[in-house]
Amino acid sequence: MNGYTIRKIKDRIMVSLAYLALVIALIPLVSILMETVLRGAPAINLSFLTERIPPLGQAGGGIGPAIQGTLIVVGIASMIGVPIGVFSGIYLAEFRETKLASVARFLADVSTNMPSIVIGIFGWALIVTAIGWSVIAGAIALAIMVIPIITRTTEEAVKLVPVTMREAALALGVPRWKTTITIVLSSAKKGIATGILLSIARISGETAPLLLTILGSRFWFGGFTEPTAALPLTIFNFSQSPYSAIDWPRAWGASMVLILMILGINVVVRYFTREKYG
Amino acid sequence: MKLSGDMVFKISTALVACNIFVILGLMLYKIIGESWISIETYGASFLWGTTWQPVPPRPGMLPSFGALPPIWGTLVTSAIALLLGVPISLGIGLALSEFAPKRLAYGVSFLVELLAAIPSVIYGLWGIFVLIPFLQQSVYPFLQATLGFLPIFQGTIRGPSVLTGSVVLAIMILPTVSAIARDVFAAVPRSQREAIVALGATRWETSKVVMSYGRSGVIGAIVLGLGRAVGETMAITMVIGNSFNLFDSLFDPGYTLASIVANEFTEASSPPVYISALVECGLVLFVLALVINALARLIIWRTTRMVAGAEGI
Repeated sequence: MNGYTIRKIKDRIMVSLAYLALVIALIPLVSILMETVLRGAPAINLSFLTERIPPLGQAGGGIGPAIQGTLIVVGIASMIGVPIGVFSGIYLAEFRETKLASVARFLADVSTNMPSIVIGIFGWALIVTAIGWSVIAGAIALAIMVIPIITRTTEEAVKLVPVTMREAALALGVPRWKTTITIVLSSAKKGIATGILLSIARISGETAPLLLTILGSRFWFGGFTEPTAALPLTIFNFSQSPYSAIDWPRAWGASMVLILMILGINVVVRYFTREKYG
Repeated sequence: MKLSGDMVFKISTALVACNIFVILGLMLYKIIGESWISIETYGASFLWGTTWQPVPPRPGMLPSFGALPPIWGTLVTSAIALLLGVPISLGIGLALSEFAPKRLAYGVSFLVELLAAIPSVIYGLWGIFVLIPFLQQSVYPFLQATLGFLPIFQGTIRGPSVLTGSVVLAIMILPTVSAIARDVFAAVPRSQREAIVALGATRWETSKVVMSYGRSGVIGAIVLGLGRAVGETMAITMVIGNSFNLFDSLFDPGYTLASIVANEFTEASSPPVYISALVECGLVLFVLALVINALARLIIWRTTRMVAGAEGI
């Protein structure tokens, strides 16, 4: 065999290995989705979605309060986190040359990868030690997670607005702040909305910050300063149950609901924004 | 003096942008505050102590806490996760940026990103009911039969174990590391590829040039993956076996800094020093994650600026 053949064989092998890596990465994705549907779908029916959470090992009931709790906690977290994140992002994009912007951008990047349990401990130390396990504590913990993510996605969306649009407005004598609020934001609104939706999808599945703040419960929402249920916590509790025949299918059923919510947002958002990256 | 609209706009958005300083400052302050009892009682020995006794074995003795086993568990699981996950991620990065046709690359990128969207608790559930039975029946006995002479593969094989935790972590860092690797490779200037292709290089030889040109970006991606692995909480809590144990076999159950907090926190009522010790585990994790993530960002930033600069020439 001459050197050229050996090089060609080596090339074939390495390129095949790279494709093999792709396949390996897709196996867990396919397996997770398939198992969730196969094991979760039989558990799901109307009463599963609407009824109260039963004690472990007891037949009947559903995950109604968990769905309600997730919607409430994530909803409040978004109401706190979205405005703060969007305004911070606008600052980082509009005044990107300032020292403050570069330091804040760096810290936001560092915070997006913050361990979720650390956020949970912070929520506990800040709120739970003062008012007890509560919806508020969980919402604040999730808001803290979501702010840096929305900050950065908003910044990127605003930066994509062509400078010519801004110049056109400025040339007509529109003040800079009005240009930003009307022209720049209206052309970046799709990108900003995408970032917000994907960030909300991401915090909907978080478990660790909620474990240390809302604690979990089997009951319907009982006030903002009370513990509440949430889908990720309910999945965790069912998965730890010794009653395999009754509770494990429920864990998969609840997982399927959560996955449909999160992947639903992801697929829809990416479908509508596909030409931007395609 | 009348403030102009522009000034009001700049100052008000700047104030909101300062939230990150308030949050991080408050976080550090509150977490140090809540772990103060433990810090005062055990000092630096908390970092290398190996006992964890909320309830002392004999009356009259004091509770005792040392976090070396979970620190060890965090480091070992993250290291194995990188060992398993990084080569696969680099393969994905190369396949997506160098080898695959554009349409295929776009579709597969989307699927790999979906892997990042799946919640941690569902990885844990899948780990318990799908991955553990598979590994325990098919992979681990084989590993022990072939590599059993190594101490890390000896002892009783357990499903929920350090190795299972590491495998789950390896899967969870794939999307992060491979997405950045793909972007780093894609940012390598065309001229670099053209030069080596003109010399008659094969695709693999070209990608070696691409990888070496982008190596600092790749290092940044790996460090970022490390940051994710170190902080991952729920999935690993569900599969690592949760045992306070300075393990030497990877088939043993263990703890990480994140999983000891997730597993014990809500049940830790008294004594106060117990909760404080758990919060201090969180503090160690916080500092570790902050350093790793800051390092990763600095490396990635420097690289992208370097690559962008080279494109300008």
